[in-house]
Formats: sequence, structure tokens, C-alpha cells
Amino acid sequence: MSTAEPLEFRAATKRYPGSATPAVDQLSLEVPAGEICVLVGPSGCGKTTAMRMVNRMIDITEGDILLGGRSVRDRKPEDLRRNIGYVIQQIGLFPHRTIGENVATVPSLLGWDKARTAARVEELLELIGLEAEMRDRYPSQLSGGQRQRVGVARALAVDPPVMLMDEPFGAIDPINRERLQNEFLRLQAELRKTIVFVTHDIDEAIKMGDRIAVLQTGGKLAQYAPPAELLMYPASRFVEDFVGSDRALKRLALQRVRDIDLWTAAKIRVGTPVAEARAAIDEADVSIAMLVDEKGRPQGWLSDRALAGERVTDDRRSPAHPILELDDILRDALANLLSTETRYGAVVDSNGALAGILSLEVIQHFLQAAPTASLTGADLLGE
Amino acid sequence: MTFAPLAKLQIQEPGGSQSCESLQRFCPDWIVENIDRYWTPLLQHVYLTIVPLALGFAISMALAILAHRRRWLTGPVITVTGIFFAVPSIAAFFLLQPITGLGYTTAMVALVSYTLLIIFRNITTGLRNVPAETRDAAIGQGLTERQVLFRVELPMAIPEIMAGLRVASSTTVGLAALAVYAGAGGLGAEILTDKHFKSNVVVAGGLAVLLAAAFDLLFLGVQRLITPWQRARA
Repeated sequence: MSTAEPLEFRAATKRYPGSATPAVDQLSLEVPAGEICVLVGPSGCGKTTAMRMVNRMIDITEGDILLGGRSVRDRKPEDLRRNIGYVIQQIGLFPHRTIGENVATVPSLLGWDKARTAARVEELLELIGLEAEMRDRYPSQLSGGQRQRVGVARALAVDPPVMLMDEPFGAIDPINRERLQNEFLRLQAELRKTIVFVTHDIDEAIKMGDRIAVLQTGGKLAQYAPPAELLMYPASRFVEDFVGSDRALKRLALQRVRDIDLWTAAKIRVGTPVAEARAAIDEADVSIAMLVDEKGRPQGWLSDRALAGERVTDDRRSPAHPILELDDILRDALANLLSTETRYGAVVDSNGALAGILSLEVIQHFLQAAPTASLTGADLLGE
Repeated sequence: MTFAPLAKLQIQEPGGSQSCESLQRFCPDWIVENIDRYWTPLLQHVYLTIVPLALGFAISMALAILAHRRRWLTGPVITVTGIFFAVPSIAAFFLLQPITGLGYTTAMVALVSYTLLIIFRNITTGLRNVPAETRDAAIGQGLTERQVLFRVELPMAIPEIMAGLRVASSTTVGLAALAVYAGAGGLGAEILTDKHFKSNVVVAGGLAVLLAAAFDLLFLGVQRLITPWQRARA
């Protein structure tokens, strides 16, 4: 249903008269169709300028930008803009128009008939989770989060192949921002638009981007890579500083527990012959055994006394706590592990059965290895 | 004058209106009986208000749109219309007579020139008060400059524009009372004809005040009607 086109910056440069350094300097990068490219960097790095060159809100001085293989310079600015979704931080809804009319802005410019427009507006309001009766309200009657959703719906009105988003969640409070980000990623998983997303917040960049372009002052591209790669191999001192000294932790935010090699622990049930239990313990990565019930659910760590007789008795040294899930984000699992006194976290599958053991060593080992697959924030949302 | 002789006179001449006029007093009876002679001047006054307002609005709108495109024009326009505004109206009516003669034209030219500063400034303010992000969003969606002006900026400026029209209408109703010096009639002519007769002055003056109030209410009503978003609050 949805269309997307690749976008390419070809040595795109913006120079302002009277300024010694360019605002955007020979920016070259390709955004494959259907991916989110985040432009991130400190203020004055030219990220917004670069984005605005795509729909010619700012004209390119040298170089070119190709949209679906066609130069944006060959198209009338108004026509170009009507086919590029545009979302800005302050949203910029028209206060004198109803929500429905706001969403229908571009359809009305393109001369869609009433029925088609009304049907599309209805569809879009449903897509962003706004009740149908909101259509006749005015922007001042909506909350900030609702207004931002309407801004997104408006940008999607004519199903444009490309969207530009300039700090779209920047003015939203942290809790709602997180929600809107997740909502948008789910939407994008469905729509698969080519998106240029501008932010100054590296965490947002890591979360939202399929690829991240880090720009530095003077409009120079410092690095262009998927999030995990950017965190693992910063190309320069600048990128390293920009992503922050906690970049290892940030990588954990991009992984789930299931993505890493967990340790094994012996799963022992009460009444198992001790010899059998000891053999299982010897084979496992962890030197202590987990007592499990008939369904394999962890009950607690076995004490030495439990193994003193012929058969294993119910004697635990400590409860099976924390219990982690395979789908937990690694960063959250680590936080869980750190907040308890145990060295080992029992990881369970969706049935609650023990699937493996997470430890600080496991995480450390993972961080030292190269990224296996370049996961993105969006991948972590799909379910 | 004391109360006693007055009372005596009234008793001597129970003719009512006649005595009231000759005594130049304020008497409701006289007003009720003679109200008809004010309708024509009132209509003239309405005309002396509506036409300058309409012309002033049209000229101001054209100037404001021009100045919106070329910002440097704003200063000079305000200076020139400010000078018009500063010329005492009586002086304007007399100064224009050698050029435009006695009558409506002179009155109109002067009255229009007084509305320009007020309306122009309010339209300009209204257009400037449109938030930058609203403009940016409009252009980013592919509206042309012209569409931005007519679909976004002017509609959003309506409250300020209407405020300007309301001030201009009150001012014009007031100044039109002096149009009698340009030979254009109106309620001012009635006042001047018998300026010492209190009943006359009160009726003519009162009608002018009512007219101003009516215009104000009219514009307020129109504004409420065409700006439904202003009343919409969460």
C-alpha cells in the first residue's frame, strides 16, 4: 500500500554568502528506501540545514540530492514539497483549521475530491489512534502528544515516499516522548517510509535510526553507520565523545537477552540421584545448580546440603532472583542484575522455563565481541 | 436661571414642544415628537462611516499585503498614514476644499485618510503575529506564498484586523460628525444647526454614539462568526 523511494545526498553543500565555512560541507550519503536515517550532531552542525535541502526549503549551493534517482533541483519546489512529508518540532498545525482540515492540507492542494479526502482523513486518524470525533476539533483543544500525532498524520496524508522530521518529539515530555517514539517505530514498521530524522539527542538517534549520520560543526559528515556499529567502532575522537563514554551501555539498549550467548546451569529436580545431578553440574557453565519444577521453572539455587544424600533434597541456598526474560532489553536485564546481590540471573523463556543464565561476565564478553547483527531500535519493538 | 421662573413659564405656555425648543431645554416629549427629522442625517452619517471604512480597509489591505512582501515599505507607510492621522480633522476638511470642493468627496478623502493608519497597522500586526512555525509548516507542505497569505496568514490575522476595524469605525463615526464643515451633512449638521438646544444636541449626539456602538457590535459579531477556532478551548 505504501510507497518509498531511496534518497541520496551527493556532495551536497550549502554555503551562505559572507560565511567563511559552509553550513553543510560536501555531504554524501545514501538512504535506502524504507529506512530511517538520523542526522545527529551538536547545534550548528548543519543537520537541519541538510534536511531542509531535501525539500528545497533551503537551496543547495553545490552538489545534488536525488530522490528516487531524480534531482530535487529539477522539480518545482511546491510540487516537490507536496510529495515529501514534513514534521517539525513545533508541529505548526494551523490553529484556524480543524484537525480534519489540517490533515487534509496537502490533499486539498492536490485537488482531491471530498469523498476521497474524507476517507483518507478517517483512515489516518485511525492510524494515529485518534478518535473520529477529534476531526472537528481545533488544535488548541488537543494535548501536545495528540497534536504531534496529528502532525505525523498530516505529513502522511498523500502517502509520500519520503518524510522529513525535524526533532519531532523534542517538545514532548520524556514519558510521552518515549511513547510517541515507540508508536512511531511501530507505524514505520508498517509504512516503511524513507525518513530523514533530525535530532541532537544521541539516545534518540540510536533508538530511531536504521542508520545514523553524525555531523560535526562545519557541516562535515563524521560517520555514517548503523547504531550498533557506530557505538562499537566510532570513526573518530569526535564521534567517540559525541556518543558518550557510556556507549557500551548504549549498545546494551540495542540488544535483547536472547541475542547473546547465555551460560548454562544444571537444571535439577528434587529426587534426582545425586550422582546424576553432579554430572550435570560438571557439564554446565555455572558451578551451582538450579532447582526446577516439573515444567522446568526455576525455584531456587541448590545448596551443598541438598546434594549430601542419595537423592537431591529441597534445600536452597538462595531464591531464583532475579528472573529475566529472553525478550528483555539487555540494558534492563543488567540493571536488574545489578540491583540484586546475586551474580547470576535466571533467564526464562515465554513458558517460564529456565533458558540460561545471565551474568556480568556474559555481558562483558558480549561487549568485547564485534556486533553480530546490526540491530536497530526498531527491531526491538516488533512483536 | 432658577427653578421657579422656569416652572412658571412652562405653566404659561403649555404648548410643550414649542416652549421646549425656545427654552433650549432637554425634554423627552420633544424628542419623541421630532425624532423623524433625524433619520436623514443618521443615514447620511451611516454613509459617511461605511464608505470611508470600506475604502480605507481596501487601501490598507493592499498596502499591508505589499508591505508584507517588501518589509521596508512598512516604515514609510506608517509615517505617511501617521501624518494623515495627525492632521486635525477640521483643518483637513478646510484644506481639501480648494481641491475637492464642498461636499461628500472632501469628507470622504479626509475620513478615509484617518482610517488608514489604524487598519494598516492592525493588519500588519496580525500578519506578523502568525508564528514562524506555522508559516514554516505551510511552506514545507507545499503551499505557495500566495496560498500561505490567503489560506493561513490572513485568516489567522482576522482577530487583529477586526480589532482595527472596530477602532476605525468608532473613530470614523466621531469624525464624520465634523464632516458638516466639509458640507457633507450628517448628524454633525444637526448639532451645528441648533447647537444650544439641548434636546437636539442630545438626540444627534446620542444617535452618533448608538451608531458607533452598533458598528462595534456588528464587527464583534462578524468576528465571532468567522473565527470559530477562537472560542474552541479544551
